[in-house]
Amino acid sequence: MDQTVEKPQVQFSEGAMAEIRRYLSHYPADRQKSAILPILHIAQAEFGGWVSPEVMDKVAEILNIQPIEVYEVATFYTMFNLKPVGKHVLEVCRTGPCMLRGSDQLIEHLENRLGCKVGETSADGNFTLKTVECLASCGTGPMLQVREQFYENLDPASADQMLEDLKALTVRKPWEENY
Amino acid sequence: MGRKLLTEHINVEGIHTFDVYRKHGGYASVEKALKTMSPEEVVEEVKASGLRGRGGAGFPTGMKWSFLAKPEGKPRYLVCNADESEPGTFKDRYLMEKLPHLLIEGMITSSYALGARTSYIYIRGELLYVLRILEKAIAEAYANGFLGENILGSGYSLDLHVHPGGGAYICGEETALLESLEGKRGNPRNKPPFPAVWGLYGCPTVVNNVESIATVPWIITNTAAEYAKFGIGRSAGTKLISAGGNINKPGVYEIELGVPVEEFIYSDEYCGGIWKGRDMKAVIAGGSSVPILPKELILKTANGEDRLMTYESLSDGGFATGTMLGSGGFFVMDDQTCIVRHTWTLARFYHHESCGQCSPCREGTGWMEKVLHRIEHGHGHMHDIDLLVSVAKQIEGNTICPLGDAAAWPVAAAVRHFREEFEWHVKHPQAATAPGAVFNKAESVLA
Ligand SMILES: Cc1cc2nc3c(=O)[nH]c(=O)nc-3n(C[C@H](O)[C@H](O)[C@H](O)COP(=O)(O)O)c2cc1C
Ligand code: SF4
Ligand code: FES
Repeated sequence: MDQTVEKPQVQFSEGAMAEIRRYLSHYPADRQKSAILPILHIAQAEFGGWVSPEVMDKVAEILNIQPIEVYEVATFYTMFNLKPVGKHVLEVCRTGPCMLRGSDQLIEHLENRLGCKVGETSADGNFTLKTVECLASCGTGPMLQVREQFYENLDPASADQMLEDLKALTVRKPWEENY
Repeated sequence: MGRKLLTEHINVEGIHTFDVYRKHGGYASVEKALKTMSPEEVVEEVKASGLRGRGGAGFPTGMKWSFLAKPEGKPRYLVCNADESEPGTFKDRYLMEKLPHLLIEGMITSSYALGARTSYIYIRGELLYVLRILEKAIAEAYANGFLGENILGSGYSLDLHVHPGGGAYICGEETALLESLEGKRGNPRNKPPFPAVWGLYGCPTVVNNVESIATVPWIITNTAAEYAKFGIGRSAGTKLISAGGNINKPGVYEIELGVPVEEFIYSDEYCGGIWKGRDMKAVIAGGSSVPILPKELILKTANGEDRLMTYESLSDGGFATGTMLGSGGFFVMDDQTCIVRHTWTLARFYHHESCGQCSPCREGTGWMEKVLHRIEHGHGHMHDIDLLVSVAKQIEGNTICPLGDAAAWPVAAAVRHFREEFEWHVKHPQAATAPGAVFNKAESVLA
């Protein structure tokens, strides 16, 4: 069989579409573009943690705007991954207040454990390691975020435990049951 | 123990649910305002309370409300700024997570005062889990007749929605936030026109911080006169302080404005002193954008008076020897902290977050980051230290929005108060880049 690169089917599930329609109802009829960020979040959760050009085109179609209007927004905001990512994206806070509580050491520990550098994905495809700026969790640093979950007050032992738990985790979408 | 006005019931089991919140006096301000007060009376009450914006700038809330353009057929909007991204600040997240109904109550009472029929809470995208808590609480408020059509039979109707951002510090700046809410890149707008005249969708708009709005219910329920009894002078009421860094008890504390800084840092009621039995080196008192102060100057003003947790006392001495209360992001550095490295992470932050619209900010933040990186990594020159100060000066005041100033001040202040430490890095690159090496003024034979 010919193994071409898998492209995500750009078809939102019914659950995702219901979420999208709910957001669209929040804004005046002539201001539907306001829903662009909420929809990009939904798209990222729906299609494996990143938004491809095809996905962005689909978002433009839903909002009835030009694709470029979606591209310029998606590239401005740091939360949207524009390239494929691992099963989980570890977003470690690197800003001063977390540094005071040991984020440098946490980042180094994760790089060693995962065998990859910041910005890269581990060989088993389970983890992409990213650094981000202050996540409003400075009192419980060092910390990181995975999707909607915060992992706080991390030390090497709890970070390792977190990695094990995440490996075993079945990723669910916000509109699915048992989310 | 100081009296808590916002967080009195924060640890009550189930306080995040409508029923428990209501049982503890919740939504009283909505009943009082909608049934017994005109919108103008609510505005006057907030004005009289002396409440100042808790987002960072400290602008009087009631006065801001009274600037809102008069109704002329256009909708008016209230937008809550829940973008909380200022490094060191995590009070709004705490409040929304634990007391979602307090913010919703504040939004209803404030929207009524401003004549808004649709209001938004703009929350930073990283806090989607908090967005879900708020949405659940909003659904409860609708189900109980506190949101939607004809609230409590008063004839007043309000819709309230939560809107997630996408990860961009600049969207905390109010005009960038409005651009973002309109579905665009978060580029700050030129002012004037101010949002009070030309805000969301070109309509009159008020943007207020989470904590500011969450304070309104107490003021309306208990009166402005009661509120003004707390605090000192123009620093009325209480303030949430998010305490972090090298202290024993990091967390969010609601303090009555006027607590001495020394008590805040060392008493067990608050930060509980410096961790690991160490000494304190410096404090950033109001979020990363405000000037850092060394131990001597954070505890006492240049005149030798005790420094207090008020807008006025913290800024005593201007930028030469003072700082600001800012957002209440209070973080403490112990004597093992490398000021150069810490300042570099902040410069990197501002460079990363500059929206790129104005060249002094876009280029200057990158320049400061690069120079600090060079000094921190042992490749700095003596003239780099003055270069930092000169770049900071050229950014300050020359940009569309205050992010430029916010980027310049921390660097300028670090050099102002810790120049010897920068010099030590330049003169002794090998010692400075050794693992765990920290400049120590008292012990240093190298300097
Ligand atoms: C770069 C920048 C970031 C800001 N971030 C925030 C923020 O995260 N939260 C906030 O409430 N205000 C923030 N502000 C201040 C807002 O522009 C605005 O003054 C505030 O929301 C007004 O609310 P208040 O009067 O209730 O304090 C920021 C300002 C700037 C210049
Ligand atoms: S000061 Fe910086 S963040 Fe603000 S508008 Fe200019 S470039 Fe953008
Ligand atoms: S600095 Fe890491 S959460 Fe604020």
